[in-house]
Amino acid sequence: MSDGPLRLRAAFPAGRPALIPYVMGGYPSVAESRDFAHILAPYADILELGIPFSDPLADGSTIQAAGQRALEAGTRPSDVFDIAASLRDGPPVVVMTYVTLVLAAGPDAFFSRAADAGVAGAIIPDLPLDEGGAIRESARRFGVAIVPLAAPTTSQTRLEAIGRQTDAFCYLVSVAGVTGGEVAVDDQLRAFVARARRAIDSPLAVGFGIRTPEHARAIGAFADGVVIASHLIRLIDEAGGHDAALAALDRYGAELASALAGVVRAA
Amino acid sequence: MPELASRFGPYGGRYVPETVISALDELGEAYLRFRDDADFVAELDGLLSSFVGRPTPLYRAERLGARYGIDELYLKREDLCHTGAHKINNALGQVLLARRMGKERIIAETGAGQHGVATATAAALFGMRCCVYMGRTDMHRQRLNVIRMKMLGAEVRPVDAGTGTLKHATSEAIRDWVTNVGDTHYVIGSAVGPAPYPEIVAELQTVIGRETRAQILDIAERLPATVVACVGGGSNAIGMFRGFLGDDEVALVGAEAAGEGIATGHHGASLGHGRPGVLHGSLSYLLQDDDGQIAEAHSISAGLDYPGVGPEHSYLRDTGRVRYEAVTDTEALEAFIALSRCEGIIPALESSHALALLAREGTDLGGAGPVVVCLSGRGDKDVEQAGAALGIDV
Repeated sequence: MSDGPLRLRAAFPAGRPALIPYVMGGYPSVAESRDFAHILAPYADILELGIPFSDPLADGSTIQAAGQRALEAGTRPSDVFDIAASLRDGPPVVVMTYVTLVLAAGPDAFFSRAADAGVAGAIIPDLPLDEGGAIRESARRFGVAIVPLAAPTTSQTRLEAIGRQTDAFCYLVSVAGVTGGEVAVDDQLRAFVARARRAIDSPLAVGFGIRTPEHARAIGAFADGVVIASHLIRLIDEAGGHDAALAALDRYGAELASALAGVVRAA
Repeated sequence: MPELASRFGPYGGRYVPETVISALDELGEAYLRFRDDADFVAELDGLLSSFVGRPTPLYRAERLGARYGIDELYLKREDLCHTGAHKINNALGQVLLARRMGKERIIAETGAGQHGVATATAAALFGMRCCVYMGRTDMHRQRLNVIRMKMLGAEVRPVDAGTGTLKHATSEAIRDWVTNVGDTHYVIGSAVGPAPYPEIVAELQTVIGRETRAQILDIAERLPATVVACVGGGSNAIGMFRGFLGDDEVALVGAEAAGEGIATGHHGASLGHGRPGVLHGSLSYLLQDDDGQIAEAHSISAGLDYPGVGPEHSYLRDTGRVRYEAVTDTEALEAFIALSRCEGIIPALESSHALALLAREGTDLGGAGPVVVCLSGRGDKDVEQAGAALGIDV
């Protein structure tokens, strides 16, 4: 039994937006990804850990390729749970995966393993609010929060229903699209977050396409948290070696954290 | 307000990113509105008649029947549809719908290229922009259809992921739709995907079964004993089977791909050898490993080279109403050449899987009366590949 919802809510600091970096479990290998998670953990308020899936519909080419490589390296969900368990003393961990992996294990087996590893929540982008009653029930029983997603195309009625389902925080997709694009911090995004705010009485994290500390700072001014994923994988790819990747992540984590530390939150 | 089926027993549903939920709602509402709209129905029926060439004939294949010991063998000639396969029935209906919904851009995935060609054709007919996703491997083995799509003005986007086949092309088409959902309609090519797609595609393909039932009653003056169709995603099969689901005395048989043989692991027999899971937005039988990672399928036929299947087939499998059998590449090639030589009809490799059951089961299929096979497409697209496999030297 995990107390995921409580830990996740508590992870959103009062004075500034939360930083939520993403690490693909098993990319480029289980051991290396564990190191990446540990180097980012001190900067993270919540750490998102990807369980690779063969057909990730919500992901763009960067995360797809990383997931594919992780699978080719033999990564299994249990390896990613092991990484989560190694982070027990760090920020709460949410796993990001797809619904069929939960079904293949069986929801109870999946969430009990997650809870045993100290996982606080799960993001399942292909589980919209009207699906997966048994999955939600099982997650609740094991104390693992299901972090719902909402998109700019989501109607107000659905946002309200999502709000009723949210037990930790809600993940707002910044644009209609897949991961890895580039976010536009504009009035449309502000209006979407404001619309979600009216319907969802929980912290709101924004993700998809956040690349720079400037993006993070600008979005942090009106959201409760920012998720940075594909760009971190690009940093790893560009570094060209494990030590260089660790150094790049360390540097970038520090930059993001300091960018968010100075954010003045709109009331 | 009536609702479209979103589940077939436990199967189906809509396991997709939240971004496209509103578009699925919009699609379902539009389809319900236009399905019974007199103008829409008249336009679709008019085009099915004058543009597609419907009704397609029900042809009695006497020489092929004699070869297999089947007295009354009939072929439903979907291969005679404009563009060469049943795919146009669905593509035309969906593109007409998209137009009425005010969409400007059409996207599709394709395996064998028949659905891509059908969609490109419908888009050309209405002057709409069209983009078709196709796996790199499939682009090589169905080269002629790539050329046709380009001639029709469509953009063909190669998909390099994985084995470069239908699964990957479908994923990429869905990602495009998630990104461009405002102005784009995704014409899914089989009775797969999130609700309401499986139901819409099945209804648009039911013209096959409806015509066949009327034709066999007219020609043979009785219902068939057995109806056979090939199953990849399963749109020709569901369209054909729906004409007979209520007729308990009619045996329904689906032929899926056994590829190089079930034992080799290189096959596409999701109904016979898969487990339920979620791929491309719906819960259905899937080829997958213990963790739920979706396996790569294999079939000589690009249209059957898919690790999933439409959710209604999963339901019909579980209820036992339809029997599903797996047919190897070799058996399909034998059937391909047999129909060509006995009847002067070169079938698609997909349809050849259905024909192969005639050789395997022979008299057992037709003992109680007429046998109908859905000849879902013609084989022009396959001549290079089949010719090479059969050792035909030019």
